Amino acid sequence: MLKRLRENKSFQGTLLVSPTLLWMIALLFIPLILTTIISFGTRNADGGVIYGFSFHNYVRLFGFSTDCPGGQASCFDPLYANILGRSLSLAFWTTVIVIALAYPLAYFIARAHPKRRNTFLMLVLVPLWTNFVIRVYAWMMLLREQGVINGIIGWVAARFGVQFEPLQMLYTPGAVLVGMVYEFLPFMILPIFTSLEKIDVPLYEAAADLGANPFRTFLRVTLPLSMPGVVAGTILVFIPVMGTFIVSDLLGGKQVILVGNLIQNQFLSARDPTFGSAASLILMIMTLIVTYFYTRKFGFGEEIIAV
Amino acid sequence: MTQTSEFAVELRDVVKTFKTPEGTLLNAVDHVNMQIKHGEFFSMLGSSGCGKTTSLRMMAGFEWPTEGDVYIEGNAQGHTPPFQRPVNTVFQSYALFQHMTIYQNIAFGLEMERAPADEVKTRVGRLLDMVQLNGMERRYPKQLSGGQQQRVALARALVKMPNVLLLDEPLGALDLKLRKEMQLELKAIQQKVGITFVYVTHDQEEALTMSDRIAVMSKGKVMQVGIPVEIYERPQSRFVADFIGESNFFEGIVQSVEQDRATVLVPSLKAEVTGLNTGQVGVGQKAIISIRPEKIRISEQPALKTNFFNGTVKTTTYIGSDTHVYVDMGGGVTLKVWEQNKISSLDPRAYYVQGQKVCLNLFPENTLILAES
Repeated sequence: MLKRLRENKSFQGTLLVSPTLLWMIALLFIPLILTTIISFGTRNADGGVIYGFSFHNYVRLFGFSTDCPGGQASCFDPLYANILGRSLSLAFWTTVIVIALAYPLAYFIARAHPKRRNTFLMLVLVPLWTNFVIRVYAWMMLLREQGVINGIIGWVAARFGVQFEPLQMLYTPGAVLVGMVYEFLPFMILPIFTSLEKIDVPLYEAAADLGANPFRTFLRVTLPLSMPGVVAGTILVFIPVMGTFIVSDLLGGKQVILVGNLIQNQFLSARDPTFGSAASLILMIMTLIVTYFYTRKFGFGEEIIAV
Repeated sequence: MTQTSEFAVELRDVVKTFKTPEGTLLNAVDHVNMQIKHGEFFSMLGSSGCGKTTSLRMMAGFEWPTEGDVYIEGNAQGHTPPFQRPVNTVFQSYALFQHMTIYQNIAFGLEMERAPADEVKTRVGRLLDMVQLNGMERRYPKQLSGGQQQRVALARALVKMPNVLLLDEPLGALDLKLRKEMQLELKAIQQKVGITFVYVTHDQEEALTMSDRIAVMSKGKVMQVGIPVEIYERPQSRFVADFIGESNFFEGIVQSVEQDRATVLVPSLKAEVTGLNTGQVGVGQKAIISIRPEKIRISEQPALKTNFFNGTVKTTTYIGSDTHVYVDMGGGVTLKVWEQNKISSLDPRAYYVQGQKVCLNLFPENTLILAES
């Protein structure tokens, strides 16, 4: 009996995945079903849930308000649709800027002397030793009106006798973008570095040997071979940026509200778990759709050629 | 191909210095001069670290000489980058672009020249024919066998019709049988296209099989350049005699030198040996006697009037085509003799056996008298 179990590969496989599987069922699958059920319900006066089957939360999310001026039955209110759009656009731009910053750096590290390579990688990882929230607070110190950046500019301006009004940087969409880019940069650098490092030096030599100058070598050899890293990095950056609320909360204040903040508010201050659940599901579906089309075009960042 | 110079490739007093991990400087290539003729199959042969690959990389432009210069078609290359040199390379690891199909790999070099699309198509097609990879053009390198990948690497470099094709141990990763096939095929392709091939290898048999001329290298220096027969039959130094094939060596003092003969007193044999005068030694100088194991005639009675020596068979090794006989000459000297098994017999006594008294005849024309290195 034991011997048969030992030789049964499929049993061994089940045994090995079962802890993760149970974990996923308890903490992802079941909550997801609950969230879905709640999202179709209605909120009662105490912030509890009246279960039912109503689409009104979704209708509200996409801009159909039932709370209209002039006593109309319904009207278009793009408040929540704007939040969804803003989240999508911020996630997009964050990803684009992160790729633009991470690629050259990853390239530099990958082609650095092996002795120095680990030091550079270490430097990329050092910020991650500090808590995510604390790093966002650090940006508040830098960006606020009496912050480090304004202080330096003010000091320089004073030396040259120029009038200087402190810049309003904190609580702007720009501050949120800077914060997001900063927080997620390492998650792009590492996968791009990994895929660049895997490119054998003779490949660059072969391209040069066949008549490609450095620029064309980059376009035809380096870039395509490092795409798996870019794709993996994009997935690692885009998805969390879509859902995060801490960065926008601390650096954007009331000015920059993202889906993440909306969900957080619905569950905590507005006490409408049904609307929060609907927003969560829409966030998830939106992310899934974008990721689906993206990965269908570029793959998941595995080897480009599957044999 | 227009011939603008006497030589396709020339190395003039080239030195390449590298820094070792310990921080000392090392001349990987040490004052090398080399002239490679048009249309020649030229091999650089040596063990690892002899400077052969560095020399090749300097021709390709991946490395630049510390001193001296590489001339291609008579033009000094200086720091010309690889993509501007009229040479192409077949890499030891093939270095195929894994994200491109076989067709795209071969077409790459032509696209870099901005060749018209229909010309690319005909030329790639011709090369696919030549390396017998028709029907494979839409596959990816990983879907091919090692031997097929090797052909793609060759086609990719040859499609550009370079003045010189540089090959860095291209057959090193193939198994023996395939390697032998590819050797002949490479040679045939080279003769067909008429391009100068510069071939790096550590395999002496490969070099002897394929090359028009061979440069034997050691420790960054060229030890000897010559056609395969010269390299094997007339090695100019103990190193070359030892590195290519096998040899027996004795040391001694030159007693007399005539026109084409020299006689050397060998203390270990307590006898004089007469051999071929290579013009390297004079009377009274120290000399090295070198004779190949297959060139010693073993017999029970002397076959020569002089230059024969008696010994006792120490061990024998039967290897099929030959029997290797190790003969103890006394005085701590053992000679290797390769005896071809010309007669088929199952009786072990038909071959030389341990303890047998034998006579070794050294024909003077097979016995080289070299200067001590």
